[in-house]
Amino acid sequence: MHASLRFMTAAVAAASLSAGAAQAADAVKVGLLTTLSGPGAALGIDIRDGFELAVKQAGGTLGGLKADVIVADDQLSPDAAKQTADRLLKRDRVDFMTGIVFSNIMLAVGQPVFQSKTFYISANAGPSQYAGAQCNPYFFSASYQNDTMDEAAGKVVQDRGFKKVALIAPNYPAGKDHLAGFKRFYKGEIVMEDYTQLNQLDYGAELSKLRASQADAVFIFLPGGLGVNFIKQFVGAGLNQNMKLFAPGFSGDEDVIRAVGEPMLGLFNTSQWAHDMDNAANKRFVADFEKAYGRLPTMYASQGYDAARLIDGAVRKVNGNLKDKDALRKALESAPFESVRGAFRFDANHYPIQDYYLREVVKDAQGRVTNKLVGRVLENHADAYVGECKMPS
Amino acid sequence: MSGILLLEQLLNSLQFGLMLFLLAAGLTLVFGIMDLINLAHGSLYMIGAYLVATIAAASGSFWIGLAGGVAASAVLGAVLECTVVRRLYQRDHLSQVLGTFALLLMANEGVRMIWGSQPLMMPMPAGLSGPVELLPGFSYPAYRLLIIGAGLAVALLLYVLVTRTRLGMQVRAGASNREMAQAMGADVRRLFTLLFAFGAALCAVAGGMLGPLLAVQVGMGESILILAFVVIVIGGIGSIRGALVGALLVGLVDTAGRTVVPMLFELLMGPAAADNAGPAVASILIYVLMAAVLFWKPRGLFPARG
Repeated sequence: MHASLRFMTAAVAAASLSAGAAQAADAVKVGLLTTLSGPGAALGIDIRDGFELAVKQAGGTLGGLKADVIVADDQLSPDAAKQTADRLLKRDRVDFMTGIVFSNIMLAVGQPVFQSKTFYISANAGPSQYAGAQCNPYFFSASYQNDTMDEAAGKVVQDRGFKKVALIAPNYPAGKDHLAGFKRFYKGEIVMEDYTQLNQLDYGAELSKLRASQADAVFIFLPGGLGVNFIKQFVGAGLNQNMKLFAPGFSGDEDVIRAVGEPMLGLFNTSQWAHDMDNAANKRFVADFEKAYGRLPTMYASQGYDAARLIDGAVRKVNGNLKDKDALRKALESAPFESVRGAFRFDANHYPIQDYYLREVVKDAQGRVTNKLVGRVLENHADAYVGECKMPS
Repeated sequence: MSGILLLEQLLNSLQFGLMLFLLAAGLTLVFGIMDLINLAHGSLYMIGAYLVATIAAASGSFWIGLAGGVAASAVLGAVLECTVVRRLYQRDHLSQVLGTFALLLMANEGVRMIWGSQPLMMPMPAGLSGPVELLPGFSYPAYRLLIIGAGLAVALLLYVLVTRTRLGMQVRAGASNREMAQAMGADVRRLFTLLFAFGAALCAVAGGMLGPLLAVQVGMGESILILAFVVIVIGGIGSIRGALVGALLVGLVDTAGRTVVPMLFELLMGPAAADNAGPAVASILIYVLMAAVLFWKPRGLFPARG
């Protein structure tokens, strides 16, 4: 009697389990691991806010399923990030991961995520490793590949006929990568190439060298607070009267503008997105973001938003069946969403093929210091590493 | 290297050194006299910068902001000393490090809760935002000249205060032998509160003056605190003169490392090797200096205690 009851229970459980495999899941779980404390926190907060806005707009759902977004802080520490990722993967059993800002964190967390066959949708970090030889079927970038904005900046500087260019970046691997990206498209003379310390505060010595170099344009890759420090001091030294300052989008976004203010005016920067881009998806995003959070969205927010929209589209396309990883991958690869940056599709390495734009920091009609879209620089641009990627199917 | 560039780099190193001095002066007094390792010193610098930026934005004047922020920071320092720091004097250094590290974490999160995690904007005072021409063909940012002036003024003020006043005498006595100073009737309790508040005020001067040049953001105190510790180790703990000399040395070596060393390497090894080795050597140069000082003068250049 007892034995048969147990058998019955087991049979019912097995039946419901196999039925569950074919049916849609009842919720989609997303682990949003991002930087929420320390100097990089503003970037992570924007990714989180952008992602949550997309979920809110859809009434708390993603792809028609109830969305369960678990937000966690990576503390900008690879070790802490790895631990937290383990928790999200093993205890919370998330279906997707997203959110990481910094490439070094991404590289630390990547392996465990891919091994557990969980899809990672990048909302910022775009390391060259995952674009080239280490490309992975479980990695998708809804943002950009690290070098591409620098390539766009290099092209602008080249096209505008600047002859003597100075380059400044912090002395760490990403710094050299970014300048290499710039040099891929700029072919003129480089009069100065300086690698500064990663925690440098004062750029007095570099500014003096810059003045002596008589460059006509300067390209900086100085993320976060480094860029804030440099731009303030660059303008304070009056160098903006002699040379034009160029930067990739993250040194010219709303977060840096809010910290620097008027000295930012006239800075040229390149990005795959601008808040004044004229398409329906973007207009709705920017208006809703401003209403919800009382500030203009940054590029990071747009990428968080797009990551959520990508998950939404893919989950919808597979009718909520999250178990069939191959079908889900194919759905993701088709990029079934309207990106706020306009045209968007994935390359063979799961990085975007997209346009890159020039933005200039100006005063808008309301007197706010903000970015204005100047024009397109690169059309349907793919990254330089896709050739090295042999995507396992 | 042309003469003008050399002159400019000398001014740069002077300015960087003096800004470090403002921080190191408070740190060395607290460390040397109260025998307290204060990891939260950088937090006072951060809070000072935030207060100056906030008051400046509200009043529309950088100078009102600076005065208000410095005064508020001094009050905050005094309150902190009376409520928390005082309890740490009798403890060993490990407890002090843990206690003040907790303060540092609380300060960071507190600032984030009040001001948010975005860096704060702090414009330069009008009229000082451009460069001035010092010599024909040689212009230098006006604001950096102001920092040099302010740094020198504070150094002078400290010198007069420490060597010419009764309070300064007690400070010197406390630095060289605390027990004896107490035995001779110096009111050490009051002295410590005053000192801590004064250190906090110096932090706010540094934070406020540097706000228009540097990002006013959470965590800004930690990166500069390490340099301030290097300065006081070089200069000798507890010595204001040591802090000044140490700060100027660090400023000079750091600036030279970023300008002369890469050129020297390029001359000796060619541009490719210089690109790789130059920045690496430049970034460790001040620590090499510190190690050298510790090797030949383990108590620093101007030890306060005999």
